[in-house]
Amino acid sequence: MMALIEANLPALQVVLPLIAAPICAILGRGGRSWAFACIVILATFAISVALFAQTYAGTIISYRMGGWEIPLGIEYRVDRLNAFVLLIISGSATLVLPYARRIVAAEIPAERQPLFYTAFLLCIAGLLGITITGDAFNIFVFLEISSLATYALVASGSWVNKRALTAAYNYLIMGTVGATFFVIGVGMLYMITGTLNLADLAVRIADHGDSSTLRMGFVFILIGIGLKLAMFPLHLWLPNAYAYAPSAVTAFLAATATKAAVYVMLRFMFTVFGFDYEFQADTLRMVVLPLAVIAMFAASIVAIFQDNLKRMLAYSSIAQIGYILLGLTFLTETGLTASIVHLFNHAVTKAALFMVAGCFILSAGTCSISKLGGIGRDMPWTTAAFVAGGFSLIGLPLTVGFISKWYLVLAALELGWWPVALMIMASSLLAVIYVWRVVEVAYLQPAPEGTVRKEAPLSMLIPTWIFVGLSIWFGVNAMLTSTAAGRAASALFDSSHILWKE
Amino acid sequence: MEHHSILRVVSKLLIPPMLVYALYVQFHGEYSPGGGFQAGVVFAAAFVLYSLVHGIDALTRVAPPRVLHALAGLGVLIFAGTGVVTMALGDAYLGYYALAEHPQHAQEWGIVVVEFGVGMTVASVMLSLFIAFASHTRKLDDKDW
Repeated sequence: MMALIEANLPALQVVLPLIAAPICAILGRGGRSWAFACIVILATFAISVALFAQTYAGTIISYRMGGWEIPLGIEYRVDRLNAFVLLIISGSATLVLPYARRIVAAEIPAERQPLFYTAFLLCIAGLLGITITGDAFNIFVFLEISSLATYALVASGSWVNKRALTAAYNYLIMGTVGATFFVIGVGMLYMITGTLNLADLAVRIADHGDSSTLRMGFVFILIGIGLKLAMFPLHLWLPNAYAYAPSAVTAFLAATATKAAVYVMLRFMFTVFGFDYEFQADTLRMVVLPLAVIAMFAASIVAIFQDNLKRMLAYSSIAQIGYILLGLTFLTETGLTASIVHLFNHAVTKAALFMVAGCFILSAGTCSISKLGGIGRDMPWTTAAFVAGGFSLIGLPLTVGFISKWYLVLAALELGWWPVALMIMASSLLAVIYVWRVVEVAYLQPAPEGTVRKEAPLSMLIPTWIFVGLSIWFGVNAMLTSTAAGRAASALFDSSHILWKE
Repeated sequence: MEHHSILRVVSKLLIPPMLVYALYVQFHGEYSPGGGFQAGVVFAAAFVLYSLVHGIDALTRVAPPRVLHALAGLGVLIFAGTGVVTMALGDAYLGYYALAEHPQHAQEWGIVVVEFGVGMTVASVMLSLFIAFASHTRKLDDKDW
């Protein structure tokens, strides 16, 4: 039995939540579906840990779906990079689900809760599928599974605020455009090479050399994935979707959805197209680099002027994605390490902060910053978690945010791009402003008359503080994450040095 | 609805062949054009036609939304469960060769079972969508036709 499970781990990683989703819908109302989802997610997380442990030394696990030979059939391929991302996704889900129970009970009517958890499990299955598969078209399929589930999850915020419906619709249109662009890009690559397997694509593209079709394919994929990961001018769906989605969904999406999209980008840029592809290097440096820098500043400045805490954090996410993309454009191993380590670091930080916003909503009934006066006295633990998360967002030493920025600045200085390094630090100062605004209101302003606010329940505080704890633990003791990220980066670097033929 | 005899007769003539045709498309999917998706759509279309003539309440009596949701889930479980069975028999996920001695039969059975799941899910999701939209509008009085 164990041997059977072990042989099929890559398939089970996706199949387990996928099978659990319809069962969850059939199980019926309330606590049962939640408890079932929790057990399934715990098992999924255990599989991710097992895969991470198996690939940590550098082995690549390859799994043939349906037993078909590899370039023809669908391959599931786990290496250091996607094992790391799998761990982020299933780990966040494991912590968000226990947190979700109370806040979901407050935000979603009881008869809809089983369907909510069903969509949640489907979303997880989709994100894990995107990450684990080694087949370009399969990525598209899972992208659709996770996106469709996400649209439903965002729309389920409409029981609290009807604007969730327009936010979800907006996201639906933008997300569909993104997925379409992606699949057009994949179609172009298929036209050139006749294969959809990522590893096979890499070899055949290198043999084929540059052509205008390849360039078109690259641009379509860049823009399609750019929409999904909210690259700066394509981010318009994100603030509303995050602000009006149910709080547990926001915390989960902020930690995982954009991260899976960044992973797809990394995979295509560096495994499929390769570092040596000049058109890509030019595009990254001439187009993506300025956009990333603009995102760091523009989104942070917009965040300063938001009143809704969730919207503020959403804009801050766009800025943070700017840092991740900036790391990519350096095209060096240190830059990639910075990007990959920031995937993890931003996931834990932002999940903690959005969970705090959820706690505020549960107790105070609002997350409008102007109405949170004096909340630091009524909800000391929750607010302290916000402060710690905020420190990490700013990038103070002893938090994970510092580690990411350290590597980013290091990568910029390595190339001698000191203006970029200065801009990274300058944009951190903007984070100080928007974090301070909340801290000031929470601690230094008097509470509005006649408000009764209790500390958030333990079932929500504990997951929040685990995320905060992780963001401090890995900030002090950064060896594990930065070694894992460094190894993932070097694996990408090595895999893409296939010589280009002119 | 009794006096709309043309609608009644035409729907009565059409619905049985539609159901049979859906089943034909379903079970010939593995070696002729068609399969679960198309069959599910045709099958659901028969029910939609029935409800267009006899009203949405008549449809929800035959196929209550709760049952449809469960059937949609069950279809996915049939598909995914086939994969689990082949895994338990020692092949890869959805590796049909484990299902029978003869490789051709094994593939055929695998596809038939999986497509049955697809058809079931597609038909019930189609009907759920139709019911969701049709139940939203106000009830049309018979004289308003």
